[in-house]
Amino acid sequence: MIRLSIPLRQALARLSLPVLIAAAFGTMLLGKADTLLVERARMALADSLMPVWSAVQQPVGAVQNAMHEAQSLWEIRAENDRLRQENERLHRWQATALALESENALLRRQLAWIPDPAPNFFTARVVADGGGTYARAVLLATGGQTPARKGQVALDERGFVGRVTEVGSRSARVLLATDINSRIPITLENSRARAIMAGNNAARPRLQHWPEGQAPREGDRVVTSAEAGAFPAGLPVGVVRWTESGAPEVELFARLDRLDVVRLFDFGLTGILPPESVARPEPRPRR
Amino acid sequence: MKAPIRGRTEPPAGLLRRIDAVLRAAFPTLATLALLVMAAVPVGAPGLVMAVCLPAVFFWTVFRPAAMPPPAVFGIGLAQDLLSLAPLGSGVLVLLVAHGITQRFRGFLVRQSFLAVWLVFCAVAVGAAALAWALTGLLTWQVPSTVPAMHQVGISAGLYPALAWVLTRAHRAMQRAET
Repeated sequence: MIRLSIPLRQALARLSLPVLIAAAFGTMLLGKADTLLVERARMALADSLMPVWSAVQQPVGAVQNAMHEAQSLWEIRAENDRLRQENERLHRWQATALALESENALLRRQLAWIPDPAPNFFTARVVADGGGTYARAVLLATGGQTPARKGQVALDERGFVGRVTEVGSRSARVLLATDINSRIPITLENSRARAIMAGNNAARPRLQHWPEGQAPREGDRVVTSAEAGAFPAGLPVGVVRWTESGAPEVELFARLDRLDVVRLFDFGLTGILPPESVARPEPRPRR
Repeated sequence: MKAPIRGRTEPPAGLLRRIDAVLRAAFPTLATLALLVMAAVPVGAPGLVMAVCLPAVFFWTVFRPAAMPPPAVFGIGLAQDLLSLAPLGSGVLVLLVAHGITQRFRGFLVRQSFLAVWLVFCAVAVGAAALAWALTGLLTWQVPSTVPAMHQVGISAGLYPALAWVLTRAHRAMQRAET
């Protein structure tokens, strides 16, 4: 260790704060200038912390499960009642669905319809909150061998969650549909009108840019649209809700506040990916 | 007649003692980093990552400034920015400015009661959130909503008493080990 005289050391200690504040401004400039470097640094840090998070996830998950269990035991009677009613309703729907399915098959046979290929998917666990004060994102533990790719679509068991924006060797970051930078092309299922669902960091994203005279109606189902080649058509997203101030919002089917496990679907779409990831396509396994 | 000087004679400086001293000096920084990593585990409260660093940095700056030098604050801020999607450098600057201001007034703060220190911390948290809000707006070139900033102030201010209780115990234990 270098021995410094006491006045010199005091001067250095007094200088370090201004110098580091200047360095912070430098970091900001660097972050603006080289976003790829920042992205790599983020994913490298997330990759190295992934084992810690995976380990911590186990006890946290156990405690959460126990709490859920206790809650469901507490509400078991009311839940049972609700389920009985729902079951009755679903039985009626099942009959309708079976009738529609046979009708659909009949019509398809007459039209020589080419069915959509079944997409590949794999399931990954959410291990960390990857957002911050002004962003909504989650980090997934993808393991070493799972083929996570930018642009894959994340769904939970109910509906649309978000898109994979950054991929590391052991982790992937999913930008949630509620993030302020998220813009999802959607279709309103009743009117077939296209619109854009824009996140605003709140629980319900807003709808924008619907066609003149086809305003979204309360309770309309919202599904993804294949416009711009970023998503396949028809993934369930949510339901339209009008706020008291008169703005249409989407109540998402997915429960983004308690994401546990998500499925990553690879539809092979490269719609709105940045140029550098489109320029060198990664080999994908044959289906 | 003078009272005899109390205390033990200093044991010889061995390897274990040196490791002990290094670990004690590094504990605040390492504990804050560990807290940061733990805060990222999803438990249903978004924005926890951005809210845990400020109370820890504030506490150590007031009560043990030698263990929380500016380079350590810089490192913690950088880790915080990389772990979240915040614009790189904004968290670093916010923590450094909060650290600098706190250090200027620490002589006054050390002698205050817990409640007074907490109130001062709330003011610091409001200032930090305002600065972070302005920096985020500047770096992403759009006006962010103020609701998350208020949410963050609330979490930070609410976390401080719990964190301070634990850290005060750690601080006392370290003081006992040193005398």
